[in-house]
Amino acid sequence: MSDLDQFRMEARAWLEENCPAEMREPVRGEDDVCWGGRNWKFKNEAQKQWLERCVAKGYTVPDWPQAYGGAGLSAGETKVLRQEMARINARPPLSSFGIWMLGPALLHFGTEEQKVHYLGQIARGEIRWCQGYSEPGSGSDLVSLQTFGEDKGDHWVVNGQKIWTSYADKCDWIFCLVRTDKTNKYQGISFLLFDMETPGVSTKPIKLISGNSPFCETFFDNVVVPKHQIVGELNRGWDVAKYLLGHEREMISGGGLGDGAPSLGAQMLTSIGANGLGQLDDGILRAELAQFDVDALAFKAMAERFTDEMKSGKGHPAQPNMMKYAGTELNKRRHELVMAGNGSDALEWESEASKGGAKARNWLRTKANSIEGGTSEVMLNVIAKRILDLPGA
Amino acid sequence: MPMYLNEDQAMLRDSAREFLKSEAPVSHLRKLRDDNCKDGFRHALWKQFGEMGFTGILIGEDDGGLGLGHVEAGVVLEEIGRNLSPSPFLTTAIAGVAALNHGGQHLKDKFFPGILAGETVLGLAIDEGAKHRPSHIAMQAERSGNGFKLTGQKQFVIQGASADALIVAARTAGAAGETDGLTLFAVDKDAANMSLDNTRLLDSSMAAHVTFDGVEVDGDAVIGEVDNGWQVLSALLRAGRAGSAAELVGVGAGAMDMTVDYLKQRKQFGRLIGEFQALQHRAAHLYSEMEIARAAVLKAQQLLDEGKDSAEIYVSVAKAKAGRTTNLTVREGVQMHGGIGMTDEYDIGFYMKRDRALNEFMGDANFHAGRVAEIFGY
Repeated sequence: MSDLDQFRMEARAWLEENCPAEMREPVRGEDDVCWGGRNWKFKNEAQKQWLERCVAKGYTVPDWPQAYGGAGLSAGETKVLRQEMARINARPPLSSFGIWMLGPALLHFGTEEQKVHYLGQIARGEIRWCQGYSEPGSGSDLVSLQTFGEDKGDHWVVNGQKIWTSYADKCDWIFCLVRTDKTNKYQGISFLLFDMETPGVSTKPIKLISGNSPFCETFFDNVVVPKHQIVGELNRGWDVAKYLLGHEREMISGGGLGDGAPSLGAQMLTSIGANGLGQLDDGILRAELAQFDVDALAFKAMAERFTDEMKSGKGHPAQPNMMKYAGTELNKRRHELVMAGNGSDALEWESEASKGGAKARNWLRTKANSIEGGTSEVMLNVIAKRILDLPGA
Repeated sequence: MPMYLNEDQAMLRDSAREFLKSEAPVSHLRKLRDDNCKDGFRHALWKQFGEMGFTGILIGEDDGGLGLGHVEAGVVLEEIGRNLSPSPFLTTAIAGVAALNHGGQHLKDKFFPGILAGETVLGLAIDEGAKHRPSHIAMQAERSGNGFKLTGQKQFVIQGASADALIVAARTAGAAGETDGLTLFAVDKDAANMSLDNTRLLDSSMAAHVTFDGVEVDGDAVIGEVDNGWQVLSALLRAGRAGSAAELVGVGAGAMDMTVDYLKQRKQFGRLIGEFQALQHRAAHLYSEMEIARAAVLKAQQLLDEGKDSAEIYVSVAKAKAGRTTNLTVREGVQMHGGIGMTDEYDIGFYMKRDRALNEFMGDANFHAGRVAEIFGY
């Protein structure tokens, strides 16, 4: 038996013993996702138990080193663990921007002290992080950002405004791009970390077309940030930001993979009905669903290839942009088809039967996928320039 | 198995790439077309395929082959696609061998040495109508003495007129539409009462219409079991479909490279046309789709090599995705080349023609998307 097979047996046995039955159900609503943080209210005992057991084992961040709260698994072992979790439909024990975005950046750019302190907090689900990137005047053209940190010796005083800060009103700390040199566009930005409870920080939720408010406006009014809370070098925050954006794009692209069910078309049999041949009773929609399933399975293979290539250093460094573009466009298509296939049932906005308009709201939410973290158009620009090496732009 | 080529596979790709680029680039196809070559490929090149070892990829080591798998077959096929190199590789060494691997030792002994040497050519006589519908095979094989008598017609038999033998799918029981009752035969080229009508296709390859008017074969010609030919045919089709998907990815990659190069050379309005965002975004979209298609093809090949049941669905995903993507790539390629893309002198048109033929081969993207829906039960 190979080492990986051995590991698979162990992981399987551990999951069997430790993953509570309630945590093996599909994620049905927002509160089924455990985000952690100071103010987190566990939905039930099982959610708490599952998090605690995974924290103890290092399985909230299995591929991080043990010193920083991970399990120190190799790429192969991590893949096996994910396969085993998927096999029993285990929910992720902890979801967080700390794990997906800040963590990788800290692993790459952080000091040893920062790694031990912040990564440990992330791994244990103690601090919930948000991201301060976009500003009202700086969306796709992010590097034009204006939020300014004035040098006051041992600290900065930060003033300005961020927008589209995910869950800012629920988060404990922020990783934030702040201009620290007004004379240099790219090399005048620093990557700062600070507590959302610092005096001068305020948030205001933004109501979206889905009726939900996952994003906020975030205001900084003379916010004091100590100098040791910088990641990377002074004025080189753009390097950290770009690195992190790669991980963000990778994360968002995962939406294209759907809920793990292999076929969207097969899920539509009840709502659309079948004809005498057992085929969906809407020939044109059936064809669209079949094309979608082809594209979704192909993208699933791509996601696996992408992970394997990135882990082994074979992938193109700009490849996350391609994944983000393809994954989000696919996810938007998925939800268009969900709406079409479920007809007037999917139009209900409040009823219990519709789980409070879940289909409609999710559909509307996906429209942000190809905007947040870099628009599809920006992704195509990056592919054209960095991968295809096309001139100009 | 990680989703990238291992060291041996990468070496095979490098040697296939070098070999085909030097021995059978697009100019080789052009010359063959201009010479009005009646085979649609050069026998000398086929011999070189044998010398390189490519023809033994799917033949087991016991039979003198390399005993490799569909990933390796795909590595060579992608390079074939990139160079539009005409050869019997896909039909003979991949799909044909996949069928013969289900046959008795006497058939392996009869055909494998010639295939390994790059001498023997097999034709696949499957399709009976303009569209690929293998379960609808109607051609009859009646029992006659020790053997069978074949009656019916086949078409789209690639290189059929140059083949030493045809692999023929015919019905020994049941009716068109049923998968039970099919039997596969290896029929020698000089069999009596068989007539071939050789015809050139748009991509300069040759295909035959074959008429069987009571062609007698003995029991030894049966590949696998009588009435259970669907199993053998499925193996042949899985190999041929995954293989043609890999070749399609190569065709798309070749067209894409040409097009991106052109965007970096052609000037209009005082600028390189590659500076225009309208074209950049379309090129970037093609890149994205090609990457995904390549991943789908590799996944299908790996599942085939691992003998997984899910290979069935992924082979169709691969053929559908590669078919649609390469088709988009060649169409966009021709459009982005502007007027020059319309000229025979420029190679991009060859890519468009090859894509058209390969897309149709063993089921187009619609056929395979429909198959995905069927397998998923909707």
